[in-house]
Amino acid sequence: MNTQLFTLAILDDVSYAALLFLVALGLTLIFGVMRILNIAHGSLYAVGGYTAATFGMAIAKYGLPPWLSLPALFVAAIAVGVVVGTAMEVGLLRRILDKDPILQLLVTFAAFMIIEDLQRLVWGVQPYFVSDVVSQLGTASVAGITYTRYQLIVLPLVALSAFFVLRWFLSSTALGRQITAVTHHREVATAMGVNAKRVSLLTFVIGAALGALGGALASPTTSLVPGIGAEMIVLSFAVVATAGLGQIGGAMIAALMIGLARSFAIYLAPELEVLAPYFIMVVVLLVRPQGLFASAEARRI
Amino acid sequence: MRPSRTSLVVGVLVLLAALAPFALPWLKTPVILALGNGLAALGVIVLVRAGQVSFGHAMFFCFAGYAVAFAARLWKLDTFLLLPLGTLAATLAGALVGLFVVRYRGIFFGMLNLAFSMMLFAVLGKFTSITHGSDGLRFDRPTVAGLTLERDAFETVLLVASLLAAVAAGVIVMRYFASARGQQLAAIKTNETRLEYLGISARRVFFGAYLLSAALAGLGGSLFALGQGLVTPAMGYWVRSGEFVFIAILGGAGHAVGAFVGAFVFEFTQLYAAALLTGAWQLALGVVLIVIVFAAPTGLFGLLSKWLRPARVAA
Repeated sequence: MNTQLFTLAILDDVSYAALLFLVALGLTLIFGVMRILNIAHGSLYAVGGYTAATFGMAIAKYGLPPWLSLPALFVAAIAVGVVVGTAMEVGLLRRILDKDPILQLLVTFAAFMIIEDLQRLVWGVQPYFVSDVVSQLGTASVAGITYTRYQLIVLPLVALSAFFVLRWFLSSTALGRQITAVTHHREVATAMGVNAKRVSLLTFVIGAALGALGGALASPTTSLVPGIGAEMIVLSFAVVATAGLGQIGGAMIAALMIGLARSFAIYLAPELEVLAPYFIMVVVLLVRPQGLFASAEARRI
Repeated sequence: MRPSRTSLVVGVLVLLAALAPFALPWLKTPVILALGNGLAALGVIVLVRAGQVSFGHAMFFCFAGYAVAFAARLWKLDTFLLLPLGTLAATLAGALVGLFVVRYRGIFFGMLNLAFSMMLFAVLGKFTSITHGSDGLRFDRPTVAGLTLERDAFETVLLVASLLAAVAAGVIVMRYFASARGQQLAAIKTNETRLEYLGISARRVFFGAYLLSAALAGLGGSLFALGQGLVTPAMGYWVRSGEFVFIAILGGAGHAVGAFVGAFVFEFTQLYAAALLTGAWQLALGVVLIVIVFAAPTGLFGLLSKWLRPARVAA
C-alpha cells in the first residue's frame, strides 16, 4: 500500500468517524440518562438527512443566498431533534421507563418501524443527493491528495466542537450537572431535587438532535435511500458498545477505530468493508466485555 | 384425566391450521410460512424465559435456509434430509455464536446477536459469486421420500410436516420449561447471582437454551426456505429478527402457543395490510406493537389464557 492510498484512507476515516461519532454520542447520551437503547436513533439520522436535503433543495429553488446551505444543515438537525425528539420522548419513552427492558427495546423498535414508513411516505424511495455545500467550499490538498474542504475541515471540526461543548456543558453548567447526576443515579438525583423528567426530555432532545446532525452532515456526501437509518443504528451501537455504554470520550476513539478499519477495508479488501466495524466490536468485547473505557459496575445481589 | 382447556384450544388451532388450507388451497403457502416464522419466534421465547432478547435470531433462520438451498442445489437431497440438515447447520452456527454471546446479558446480548447477524447478512450480500447476492438462491423442488411431487402435493406434504414440527417443538419447549433446566433458565431472569451461588453455571444453562433456540429458528428457516423455493439475504436482516421478537411478544412469550398465534396474526395482517395500506404496513405493525406493549404485555395468548384458567383454585 503506497503513501497516497494510506493518506486517503486516513482522511476517509476522519470524515467518516466524525459523522459516526455524532450519532453515537446522541445514542450513548440518551442511554446514560434513560437506560434505554433507542433503536429508532438511526431513524433520526435518516430523517435529519432527508430534512437537510429538503432544506438544501429549497435554498436552490427559491434562489436564497447559497451561503445559507451550511447553516441550514444545523437548522435541520435542531428542528428534527426538537420536533421528533419531543414527540418520541413525551409520547413513548417517558411512559416505558419502569417497564421490562425487553419491552423497552421493543417499543423503540416499534418507533423505528413507524418512522421508517413515515419517512418513506414523505420522501419516497428515490435517492436524494444535495451536495451544493461541498462544491461551494471547494477542495484542499493534503500530502498530494485533493480532498473536499467540507469533509476535511467542517466535519471533524463539528465533531470536535460537539465533543468539547458537551463535555463543558455536562461538567460546568447547572443543567449539565443535573444530567450527570441523573446518569449516576436517577432516584438519588430526584431525591436531591433534580427534576428528572425535565432532564430526560432535554437529554433526549439533545441526543436526537445529535443523531439528526449526523444525518444532516452526511447528506451532502452520501445519497439518501431508505434503509440508511437501519444501517446507522447498528454501526453507532457498535461504536457505543466498543467504547462502553455511556462513555463519551471513549466513543470518539471507538468511532475513529471503526472508521479506520472500514476505510482500510475499502481500499484493501472491499468485500470486507461491511464486516470491519463488527469485527472490531467483537474483538474488543471478547477482551473487555464492558467495552474499552467502561468502569466496572457493582453487582446487585 | 380430563384434558385441560389449554390443550383443547391448541387442538382446535392445529385442526384449523390443518383443515383451512384444504378448503382454500391458496392458504397453504401462507400457513407454511407462518409456521416457519412461528418456530423462529418460539426460539425467541426460549431466550425470553431467561429475560434475554436477541435482535439477531434471523441469522439462524437465514443460515438454515441457505444450508437447505445449497444442499438442494448441489446434492439434490430429499426434503426429509434437508429439514434436519438445515436445523443441524443452524444448531452448529448457534454453538459457535453462542460460545461468545452467552457471556452477555441485556442490551449487550441483544445487540451482539444483531452484530453477528449483520455479518452474515453482509457476507451473503457481498460474495455474489457463491450466494448470488441480494437476488438470492433459487432451488428446484426436492423429492419427498424419493418421490417427485407436483407443486400442490409437495405443499400438502410440507404443510403436514410443518404442523407436526410445530406441535413437537411446542411440546418440547413446554417440557423443557417445566424441567429442572427450564427452572434454572428462568432463574437467570429473576436472579442470576443466586443461581450461581447454588453451584449452577448460568452460562452453561443459557448456552443450552441458546442451542435450542438456534435449532428452532433453523427448523423454521428450513421450512420457510422449502415453502418458498428461494432464499435471500433479507431472511437474515436484523429487521427480520426484530419481527421474530415482535411475533413472540404479540402472541405472548409465556407459552409456546403464543409464538404460533403471533405468527399467524402477523402473517395475515401482513397479507392484508400490504394490500390495503401499500407502503405503510410496517407503520401499522409498529402501532400494533405499541398497543400490545401497553395494553396486553402478556400477548394475545396471555389474554386468552386468563379466560382458560379458571379463577377459583380447584382443591
